[in-house]
Amino acid sequence: MAHIADGLLSVPVLLCGAGMAAAGVGLGLRRLDDRLIPRAGILAAAVFVGSLVSIPVGPSSVHVLMSGAMGLMLGIATFPAVLVILSLQALLFGFGGLTTLGVNTVNIALPGVVFAMLLGPAIRRAGHATTRAALAGLVGALSVAGTGGLVALSLALSSSDYAPVASVIIATYVPLMIGEAFVTATIVSFLARVHPDALRPVTS
Amino acid sequence: MFSVAVLVAALHRTERRLWSRLLHVEMFALLLFVTLPFTMPGPTLATLGPLHVSSTGLWRASLVALKVSACVLVLLVLLNGLEPERLGATLRALHVPEKLTRLFVMTARYVALIREEARRLSEAMRARGFTPRSNRHTWRSYGNLLGMILVRALDRAERVQEAMLCRGFAGHYPDVPLPLPRSRDWALFALLLGAAVLAVTTDRL
Repeated sequence: MAHIADGLLSVPVLLCGAGMAAAGVGLGLRRLDDRLIPRAGILAAAVFVGSLVSIPVGPSSVHVLMSGAMGLMLGIATFPAVLVILSLQALLFGFGGLTTLGVNTVNIALPGVVFAMLLGPAIRRAGHATTRAALAGLVGALSVAGTGGLVALSLALSSSDYAPVASVIIATYVPLMIGEAFVTATIVSFLARVHPDALRPVTS
Repeated sequence: MFSVAVLVAALHRTERRLWSRLLHVEMFALLLFVTLPFTMPGPTLATLGPLHVSSTGLWRASLVALKVSACVLVLLVLLNGLEPERLGATLRALHVPEKLTRLFVMTARYVALIREEARRLSEAMRARGFTPRSNRHTWRSYGNLLGMILVRALDRAERVQEAMLCRGFAGHYPDVPLPLPRSRDWALFALLLGAAVLAVTTDRL
């Protein structure tokens, strides 16, 4: 449940999320070269489609977020891409909400951007395929864990009533972390073999 | 507020999809119903072993569930059937930064296409005898599928970029002409705004 619906969060949390999202999206758009908009847009469409695939993990099944992979491919332009994906999901499926668009964008994009920035250089330099896959898996797992933590934090900060629910939500992120780690590792290995250029973020 | 929203949704051409979407949201409300009555202090309504069901907790959970459901219903009814291209043009007219609206329209334009491509790829996987299970082989196969979707998207992006340059793309789309709001649109807008103000004031009083 990475998408928080309308009507749950308190106004200060919503405003804080919207402000942070606006800053991230603004910075991402400024760094995004005009000529690279088709690339960012079509990649966002691919991630939108990818997030619809349901993958079995243990007794449950998960939908991958691909935020770690997005961070590696798009850099800070992940913020506008996530905003666009969330708007489309709200428009086409009614997931998430209108007032929570900012909070949800930050919750999903921020961990992906941060961990891709930290581990991305090592992934691009990695000489060994196994090292690269392990690092990529780490980016995927950490990004999802970050999103889970931020979702729980947004709920807990809004009202102390949500604290027990927040801990339940963190527990539901464990299978997602496992699935995301393996899938991100494979995606990055695949891209490194087939299209190494893809791992260079579109933003400088 | 909730009953009005349900009424509007019922009057609107209700699709089965709408109710399944609502069900998705209610999962969170269900979590609240499971936890809140036990964790919030208040007059005890019933006792389940060592646990006390408090009426304040139950009341809070119902309130939040109704609020969230009303929000989802209103948003779904208002946005139902709106094409992404139209929304993009509208956002542009409302002075949302052009780069963002271009990204939005670009993504919306290619979602259907890439979805079709993904469907073909996963059909090919099934034809080769792939059955999803909870193991590393499955996760690797899905990783390769998603990687393939991304690679094809990148190749497509390159072709699109070249095609745009060939047609003399110079940084912005020609503006899509939007129909001017007619008096009927203004009347509906006023009605909606009035209903919203009425709902908020009755809630506050």
